[in-house]
Order: sequence, then C-alpha cells, then structure tokens
Amino acid sequence: MTRLLLILVLIVAALFALSLLVGPAGFGPAQSLDALLTGRGEAVALVMREIRLPRALLGAMVGASLGLSGAALQGYLRNPLAEPGLIGISSSAALGAVIALQTGLAAAFAAALPLAALAGALVAVLLVFLLAGPRGGSLTVILAGIAISALAAALLSLVLNLSPNPFAVSETVFWMMGSLADRSFTHVWLALPFMVAGWIMLALTARGLDALTLGEDAAGSLGLSLPRLRLLVILGTAAAVGASTAVAGAIGFVGLVVPHLLRPFVDGRPGALLPASALGGAALVLAADVAVRLILPDRDLKLGVVMAFVGAPLFLHLIYKTRRATA
Amino acid sequence: MSLLSVQTLTVMRGECPVVDHVSFDVGPGECVGLIGPNGAGKTTLFRALLGFLDATGRCDLRDRDARARAHHAAWLPQAREIAWPIPVETLVTLGRIPHLAAGARPGPADRDAIAAALERMELTDFARRPATELSGGEQARVLIARALAQDTPLILADEPVAGLDPAHQISAMAEFARIAADGRAVVVSLHDLGLAARYCTRLILMHRGRIEADGPPRDVLTPDNLARVFGVSAYMLETEAGLVFQPMGVVP
Repeated sequence: MTRLLLILVLIVAALFALSLLVGPAGFGPAQSLDALLTGRGEAVALVMREIRLPRALLGAMVGASLGLSGAALQGYLRNPLAEPGLIGISSSAALGAVIALQTGLAAAFAAALPLAALAGALVAVLLVFLLAGPRGGSLTVILAGIAISALAAALLSLVLNLSPNPFAVSETVFWMMGSLADRSFTHVWLALPFMVAGWIMLALTARGLDALTLGEDAAGSLGLSLPRLRLLVILGTAAAVGASTAVAGAIGFVGLVVPHLLRPFVDGRPGALLPASALGGAALVLAADVAVRLILPDRDLKLGVVMAFVGAPLFLHLIYKTRRATA
Repeated sequence: MSLLSVQTLTVMRGECPVVDHVSFDVGPGECVGLIGPNGAGKTTLFRALLGFLDATGRCDLRDRDARARAHHAAWLPQAREIAWPIPVETLVTLGRIPHLAAGARPGPADRDAIAAALERMELTDFARRPATELSGGEQARVLIARALAQDTPLILADEPVAGLDPAHQISAMAEFARIAADGRAVVVSLHDLGLAARYCTRLILMHRGRIEADGPPRDVLTPDNLARVFGVSAYMLETEAGLVFQPMGVVP
C-alpha cells in the first residue's frame, strides 16, 4: 500500500518534469530547468514560469481531483461505472461555467467562474443521488447520468444558440472539449482553494467508504454517520469537479479509468483507493497532456478528446464485464 | 443486568403498525431466537432497535449515540452485501472499525480478534481470497466472522444461517450459543424452528408485529401457537441431545 503510493508519487513527479520540458519553444532540459529555478534568460524564464509551470500544475491538480472524485463516487454508490464525466457532473459544471462566461459574470468577478461550475456540479450530484439512491444498481446510476447529461447538453446548446457573439460560441465549444493549453497562474489560484476543500472532504470519507462495502445498515451499525458521509461525498465531488471543469473544461473518463486500474493493487478497499486514485489521476492527465503536445504539436489537440479515446473503450469493456457478471 | 431493554416499541408504516408495542429484556447468557412467519416484523424490529427507523416507545440501544452503539451491539443484516473484491481477512477487519481511533491501523488486540473470528467460522484457509469469489454460504460465514470480530456484548443477527449447508448451520448456531454461554447475548432471527428449538435458550414468537409468546422453546413451540401463527403441526421430542423439532404438516 505505502509502496504503491510511493511508486505513484515517483510516476507523477517524472510526468510533471516531462510536462515542464515538452513544448513548442524547444528549449533544452538543462536550460529550461535553470530558467525555471533561477529566472536566468528572460524569454525562457517567462515561458517556463508563466506557461509551462501553471500548465503542469493544473494537469496534476485536475487529474488528482477527477481521479479522487471518481474513486469516492464509486465507493459511495458501490458501482464501478460511476464517474463524474459519465453521470453528467462534468457537463453540468461546464453548463455553470458557460453561463458565467456568456453572461459576463466571470469577467466582472473572477471567482464567479469556479463558483458557477461548482453550483452546476452540485445540482448534478444531488440529482444522481436522488434518482439512483445510494443503493442504486448500475443501470439506475447510468440512466440517471444519461438523463442529467442530456439535460445539461440541451441547456448548453440553448445558451450557445442564444449567444449573440459567434466568436464567443466557437471559443466556448473548443473550451468545452477540455484542455490545459494557454492557462496561467490566475487559473491555478482560482481553482486551488476549491480543489483543496474538495480533496479534504473526500479524504475524510475513506473509513466510511470502507464500511459501506457491507451495505448501509452494516456500516451504520459500525458507528458510521451516513448523512455526514453523503454530505462529504456530495460537497467534495462538487468542489473538486466544479473547480476542475471551470479551469480545464470537461475532461471525462479519468475518474473511470484510474480507479478501475488501481483497484486490484489496493485489494479492492475503497478507502485505500482514494489516495491512489488521486495520484493515478494526476499521472494520467499529465501523461495525456504531454501526449497532446507530442502527437499533433501544431494543431492544438484537445485533452478531453484524447481522454475519451482512452476511456470510452474501457467503459465498453466494463459494461461487457458487468453484463456477463449479472447474466 | 440487562444488555437490551425494550418497552412498548412501535414502528408505524403509514397507518399500519409493523412492530406493535413490543417489550422484552435480554440479559447476559441468553441466546434468543426471534421467530415468526414472513412479514411478522422481525427485520423491522431489529432495524428499529438499532435506530435505523423512526419508532415510539423505549429501547436503551436506540438511546446510545452511534459510536457507543457500535461498541455495544454488532448487527448482521439479512442482505449479504459485499460490494468490492476485498480479501476475507480485510473484510473481517471492518468489524474492528468501532475500536480504531481516527486514522489508526489495527493493533495486536485487533489482529487477535480477527484471527479468532476467522478460526471460529473456519475461514482461516480463505483469509487471502477475495470475498466476492466465495460461494453464498461462505460469504455468509465471512459476514458472521465480521460481526464476531466487532467483539460486542450483544449480537443481533437477521437470518444469519439461511442458505448455509447443514454442517455450517449447526456450527454457526453452536457458535452463537457458545457466545451467549460466555456471558454475552445473541438475538437471532430464524425460519428453521428445529435449529431454534435446539440452540436458543429462549424464543420470542412474533406475529403481525406483536409478540405472541416469549419463553423457553418448549413453552413457545406449543401446538396451539404453531397452528395459529405458522399454520403447521409439528413433531417434538425431548432427547438427551436436546429438543428435537420437526414441522410435519400444514394445518387447514
């Protein structure tokens, strides 16, 4: 367990360094790190400190938030298919963010963007819990997610449809595909407080999620407060996913892929899966963000698109496995 | 000294009382069998005792806060849920949660309780296997071991032996009887009246939410009670090995 976390920390550190060193400017590694640490070489230092460092930081933060939220949602709903992107939380957060952008609220007041995204995410989590119930089977959870995603997509289309400015529309559409390109420290500071709050809340659910393996009644008889656990999962997920979506757009499948891959290494324990998934999510998003820069360096390939290519086949595989298990 | 004290406990579902003015006390040394036909209110009574349902009347277990309750009573629900492929030993460790401080790892006392619970349920050889890969009966034993590891003065179990093979039904009931004989108490709901007659020191017969009879097995399993509540007749014999009970026919 400790060894797994150590290995994951090393992987995240390596990918973080790689993310700092890959980019169109083409500096040498020694020159880049020197500029980053000492500030020598003005242009290089500027690129390193104002473009690549915030991009790498956001990659790690967004990945950790999405991985952690996925693991917590799966643990709470006791369903390996629950994921912020698939059950409509990311798209609802995107809806909130787009409303803040289109109404000019985000321009008037910087925290409006993450707050609006958080509100969108909160509504979606509440709806999923309400529709699927904490005991909801795979089918109910996925159906609730489809309904919420469809509603969020319709409302997003409506906002874009009614938008008076065609440039803002195309910008928003690209933003929604999810990307870490051209982000600055403003985005880091905007998202960090909400993410940290979400991480703390989700970290506090570990023992409760372990107990919930036995069902709600058994968990309750072990001295666990289910209302407190539910509140922590709802608010923690909304804060983490809302802030991620506000700065990076909708990036799906991280919360599905990472817990699925890491579950065997923590003996299936949902509590131990939380820190592992946070680190795994950071590694996956950093790796994908390096990949988009290497695959098509001059076409601005979107991170959300790459993640969907990785995640969707795995999702199909999981559905196939679930079907076989219940057949 | 009593380990569980219940006075006029009533649970309503809409207008209809599902548990109706139920009163009883359970003391150390008692292995109480809760019997009654389907829908008699056994599960509802258990859940009300643990504070999971709104109820009127008094129950000392309900009055405790969640943590104190977890130290006093272990609860084995009828639904055998194991959501993730957790190894058997790790699952049994969940029973130690009430004894662990926030963030603490299981210590020597916890490990002893876990090893003892695994041994009593004959699960030591399964300790490393994922619980979800075991058969239904084996999973039931794993969950019983989890409740034993909680190491509480009182154990409440809702049909713990349903679906077990005869040998493990007998060993599980013998284990409950032994725990009671150690000075603790067990309340277990059962449909197998033969097991109830043989291993319980006392039976509580429920019918339509009320307690119809409460006492030693031979006083509760009377032909009149059996015909009225279960609609069956039975053969009963006092032997050297204990009371032998076998339902024989349906009473019209």
